[in-house]
Amino acid sequence: MTYYSMGMQVVRCCSRAGVPGPCTRQWAVQLRSLAATGACRRASSGTCTPALRNVAAAASAAGVATDGASISSSSSSTSTQPAAKVDYEAVIGIETHVQLSTKTKAFCSCASEFGAEPNSNICPVCLGHPGTLPVLNADVVRKGVLAGLALDATICLSSKFDRKQYFYPDLPKGYQISQYDVPLCEGGWVEVVVPDSGAGTSVRRIGITRAHLEEDAGKLVHGGAASLSGSDYSLVDFNRAGVPLLEIVSEPDLRTGAEAAAYGAEMRRIMRFLGVSDGNMAEGSMRCDVNISVRPRGRAAFGTKVEIKNMNSFNAMQRAIEFEIVRQVDALEGGREGEVVQETRLWDEGRQCTYSMRKKEGLADYRYFPEPDLPELNLTEAYVQELRASMPELPRQLRERLLGLGLSQYDVLVLSDDAEVAAYFDAVLAAGAPAKPAANWVMGDVMAHCKEVRLGWEQLAARMAPAALAEMISLIEDGTISGKIGKDVLPALLAGEGGAGGGSVRALVEARGLVQISDPAALAAIVDGVLAANSKQLQAYREGKTKLQGFFVGAVMKESKGRANPKELNRILMQRLAAPPS
Amino acid sequence: MNPPHTLQSYTEMRVLRTTNIRAKPADMRLSLVCGSLHGPLHAARDQVARRGTSATELTTAYLRQLHSAETQLQCFLAVDDEYALRQAALIDSRLAQGEDVGPLAGVPIAVKDNLCTQGLQTTAGSRGLHGFVPTYDATAVARLRAAGAVVLGKTNMDEFGMGSSCENSGYQPTFNPWDTKHVPGGSSGGSAAAVAAKQCIAALGSDTGGSIRQPASFCGVVGVKPTYGRVSRNGLVAYASSLDCVGPIAQSVADAAAVLTVIAGSDLADATCSQKPVEDYTAGLLPLDNLSSKPLAFKRLALIQEACGEGVDAGVTAALAGAVRHLQELGAEVEQVSLPSFAAGLPAYYVIALSEASSNLSRYDGVRFGQRGAANELKNMYASSRHSGLGSEVRTLVRREMNMALGRFDALLCPAAPTTAYRVGEKLCDPLSMYKGDLMTVNLNLAGLPAVCLPCGFSGQAAGNALPVGMQLIGRAFGEADLLKLAHIYEQTSGVVTILPSVFIESASAKHD
Repeated sequence: MTYYSMGMQVVRCCSRAGVPGPCTRQWAVQLRSLAATGACRRASSGTCTPALRNVAAAASAAGVATDGASISSSSSSTSTQPAAKVDYEAVIGIETHVQLSTKTKAFCSCASEFGAEPNSNICPVCLGHPGTLPVLNADVVRKGVLAGLALDATICLSSKFDRKQYFYPDLPKGYQISQYDVPLCEGGWVEVVVPDSGAGTSVRRIGITRAHLEEDAGKLVHGGAASLSGSDYSLVDFNRAGVPLLEIVSEPDLRTGAEAAAYGAEMRRIMRFLGVSDGNMAEGSMRCDVNISVRPRGRAAFGTKVEIKNMNSFNAMQRAIEFEIVRQVDALEGGREGEVVQETRLWDEGRQCTYSMRKKEGLADYRYFPEPDLPELNLTEAYVQELRASMPELPRQLRERLLGLGLSQYDVLVLSDDAEVAAYFDAVLAAGAPAKPAANWVMGDVMAHCKEVRLGWEQLAARMAPAALAEMISLIEDGTISGKIGKDVLPALLAGEGGAGGGSVRALVEARGLVQISDPAALAAIVDGVLAANSKQLQAYREGKTKLQGFFVGAVMKESKGRANPKELNRILMQRLAAPPS
Repeated sequence: MNPPHTLQSYTEMRVLRTTNIRAKPADMRLSLVCGSLHGPLHAARDQVARRGTSATELTTAYLRQLHSAETQLQCFLAVDDEYALRQAALIDSRLAQGEDVGPLAGVPIAVKDNLCTQGLQTTAGSRGLHGFVPTYDATAVARLRAAGAVVLGKTNMDEFGMGSSCENSGYQPTFNPWDTKHVPGGSSGGSAAAVAAKQCIAALGSDTGGSIRQPASFCGVVGVKPTYGRVSRNGLVAYASSLDCVGPIAQSVADAAAVLTVIAGSDLADATCSQKPVEDYTAGLLPLDNLSSKPLAFKRLALIQEACGEGVDAGVTAALAGAVRHLQELGAEVEQVSLPSFAAGLPAYYVIALSEASSNLSRYDGVRFGQRGAANELKNMYASSRHSGLGSEVRTLVRREMNMALGRFDALLCPAAPTTAYRVGEKLCDPLSMYKGDLMTVNLNLAGLPAVCLPCGFSGQAAGNALPVGMQLIGRAFGEADLLKLAHIYEQTSGVVTILPSVFIESASAKHD
């Protein structure tokens, strides 16, 4: 409704010009240029001064956000009594909108795919044509319940839908079907691993207030500019209208930008592990809104809350929070409390600051009331139990399991970050590889390869079977080949030459004559040959130039075409170097 | 034309017959379908099915009558003769191929303008939807078509169903066929008047707070408001979604029952539609000759006390009293029942209805439908406040009281409106009294219960301007079959329905004499 006051003019631009009534495919809603409004708002309230930016950067660099967000005013010019510095902390809650990856929309049978031609996945129901009624998609409920169970929330066996009324051109019905006072999931928590200022990590448990089902709105595509302000016109794409969302509301348990970023990442991980969402922030299938206030440490009451939107990565979310903490603390310290008001601010990625978008609408403005077109949503305990039994391993459980294998915290975090990586790693383990070398290979050369050639892990598995990697690791472990040879062989395996493992990697290595030379006699012969051929260097070594050891190792390796067992080679070489043959 | 059926034992109940004006039939074909035992719908579809007449001939005859009466009545917002005749021709060709076309084969039907009709403009009586041509049929309309009915056109209504006189249409007022200086009631006034003037055999209406029953009462026809969820709301332009019901308006109880049988039933497109199987509502209706002398013996009925006292016209009270006497003659026990929450229903109704309406209508922002600039009215709608709690609590109370009464009685009865049709313009400056007129009907919508409204007599006969009075029979949830049986027995024995409105006769005479 705020937009009325901004003077928004909505005009229909129909491809069937002159034909009365709505046309079902091509919609164009033109918004009168808001350049003036938007720009002036930004100028008046966008307090992104270079000085403040520097403060934010400094706070960030000083690890402000990682040591519990204790921030004291960093601008001494505004602080009259430096001796009585107040220690502030931030209170942060996050609303996460997760697009559920169902085949069809929440209340009609249109496809809910991303990236289709604009207005190709629409029907009278999701366009809000007169007389149309919503019918709930069962898969939306299933995925919502799965997510709720993963968050350890209570699944409400009897919940209901409500209408949330507001006006915006991308909202076809003039209201959004959501859940208000009886959400599908209540309570719960999520465990996040937060990197601390050192190299370590700390684990925090963040409370989940609720998670509820709702529908997405359409998408405005602004013409002539990247955003609404400055654009000449806007087009509405209703493909997204009616796509199911799960809105997950956290308790105000977060204190720093790093915690918020870790929370977001963990939420994304959980949804991806469950297969209920692809969690793709760039495509908008996961969106986070941050509620943030600051207060003197130790005070129970919350400060004035500001909402921040428009962050399209967890990194951006962290930076937006860090900026906002400094902005708010600075305002309070400077006696400019009036600058912290209940409002919605947008993160400007280009300028690395937040700016005011609109003053927050009160709760009553949405005029929630029970959706009369949908009956109560009643689930049975058996249904919930069945879903509980079908739950895959969750990131937290995976982390515990991997830690149990003796892997380092770092390894565990890297391997458990993505369900596909974890699945590949597990398959390598299942094929018999020991955990640590398997982790090193997966996280090292293999992951680098995937990133380099933009290969998904499922595609990777189709080329290099996990069993082939496992076999190669076992060849290294038993000394058949060296780690160095392993790296040389890897490209062949990645090209599929390792087959399905189970002997085919050994055959490959043998066929290429890459089997390691570990026989002491054979190695001694090579070492002796090298020493004989390099008598000058040998002389120098024995006169004290021990640095030449590396030269001899290299020469022997070269002579053996890299096949020399490094350990054995070293032992024999040292023997020979130490005592001249009699 | 068959003489109206009578039973000797009911002679004394037929005082109303003295006002019975015999119509000169507008058309021989029409005459064929008047005066059948069960009503013109049954006669028509039997003739079409037996190929005694064709759907095209029937449609042509009704279109002629429709247009001839239309200048005086203005019942229709859209009539597409070609569209209707195409449907009729299709039915004829299917019949020619020996297909079973369905229980409404060739029956010309009108549809209230808030039900979507594919390819035919649907505006819900609002300029805000001017030019909107739906891409789909409402479920009720689709079922009519599947049953072989021919949709003649769209009937006038108060804008979005908000009003009780058809004077609040965005396009035109409709006039009462009994006296064109009077309103037909609303919001389904176009449908009721069209049925009364025999511009169609039956019509669909919708009832949010009495919008089928009150115009049926004003126009002297039969209207059925089914149990909430009995008929799919898919394709009904929503007014108050938790109250809206689609139902038939017809010239007889049997005809209304036949239409209801076709349109009722579960629908995947409406999650609030009941899964209960549908009965054939005509199955239990017996011809007059098959009735015993006390067909309502052991039936327990109750007159709602709160609906009969202050504020109800003397003529309405008298007609209803006559109806009660007749029901007692038929063997029913009629008591009085008090429903203390009755009066509380009206304010609760308006809170709920307007809250839902403000939400349902917010999409008509003047941008995507109709003409831009209609948004002003919406702002007023937004202003309608909502007192959370009040609505739903009173609603529960009303529902409980009504259901308790229906536990003791087979049906409740009361007038469908406290007055007969008022004069055009009479209440325009006094909307509150028009709202109060809804007192008789809104409680049922709050409780979701079914009701049949049927003519039970006339008021103002002495003054020479007789206007019909409607009686409302209220039944248990999903008890439509019992309710229709009761209404049918009353109708068959009272003789009220054989009276025809004057306008119809005048227009018919003018055209065909």
